[in-house]
Amino acid sequence: METLFGITGKDFVITAYDSKAVASITLMKTGEDKSRDLNAHSLMLFSGEPGDGVHFAEYIERNIKLNGIRHGIEMSPKAVASFARRELADSLRSRKPYSVNLLIAGFDVKTNKPELYWMDHLASSAEIPFGVHGYGAYYCLSLLDRYHREDITEEEGIKLLQKCITELRSRLILNMPDFVVKIVNKDGIRVVQI
Amino acid sequence: MLDDHVCLAFAGLSADARVLVNKARIECQSHRLTVEDAVSIEYITRYIAGVQQKYTQSGGVRPFGISTLIMGFDSDKVPKLYQTDPSGVYTAWKANSIGRSSKTVREFLEKNYKEDMTRDDTIRLAIKSLLEVVQTGAKNIEIAVMGQDSKIKRLELAEIETMVAEIEAENEKEKEKAKPSSAAH
Repeated sequence: METLFGITGKDFVITAYDSKAVASITLMKTGEDKSRDLNAHSLMLFSGEPGDGVHFAEYIERNIKLNGIRHGIEMSPKAVASFARRELADSLRSRKPYSVNLLIAGFDVKTNKPELYWMDHLASSAEIPFGVHGYGAYYCLSLLDRYHREDITEEEGIKLLQKCITELRSRLILNMPDFVVKIVNKDGIRVVQI
Repeated sequence: MLDDHVCLAFAGLSADARVLVNKARIECQSHRLTVEDAVSIEYITRYIAGVQQKYTQSGGVRPFGISTLIMGFDSDKVPKLYQTDPSGVYTAWKANSIGRSSKTVREFLEKNYKEDMTRDDTIRLAIKSLLEVVQTGAKNIEIAVMGQDSKIKRLELAEIETMVAEIEAENEKEKEKAKPSSAAH
């Protein structure tokens, strides 16, 4: 039911999540925050078991912050993703594993490259140019396959995202209300209205 | 740096300090995780003092051989300064010093501290008080300043050097002024 988007471009990553909180077939609230900023240049989107996502993301957020303070340098998106994967994989072998799907988006200030990591609740992780979690993936991956290029600009990226959202609204039986869009680039993370 | 808004300076065994600072940094993040708020300066001071006290009483451990100065801004944007010592006592101060010949410096600060000093005046006072006891030379001085925005700035060597030179010149002048009057008496 929940949908998360991540699209990399020339020097940025666009992420988007639907801001619905759903219990079974009931819409409980809108305006739910399904993302956490992990450090200046990386953020995490999460979906899955309600509660697990927030708990896991905040736990990762605090540990990454601690790491930053301890070493006086921010973790790269790759390091962040590896750390999150390890934590999720360890939790998977525990009595009560976290049931969360993640997208980790970041901008590596050392290599000047945008990065996007896709991770499911079984802790398999992959670096990808674009990714979608949830039912939206069935409709949007083909669109992204067709229209995504490595060197798209921010405007093109947002247009592509809008194309995906329009598709969801016309094809998915659920109504897809507001999406919250966050863009990360060399200047950091910002929320964008679309 | 303990957290975005808290800084700690220590005097004593640096190996002990690393252990204590590590504990404090974890507590800062743990506090944020559990109550969604950053620690207050008083809270983290009390925590550190608590750890230090525990190590005076538990079996098989020795006390931390360090005193600390903890400074930072709470959400009220008022600057705070605390001191802890190995026994676990903690106290709030307007200005203080720890370590070797801290008494001399404290007395100097007591004499020269004024309310409502500007940022530059305060840095100047800090260098002046250090020059009372430290071997001369800017290389033996390191200064970190935290502003109300909780941003920490470490002064460059060149900045400290110019200030040290200014202060030394001032001191020389005063000495010369004092000389003829003492000769007359």
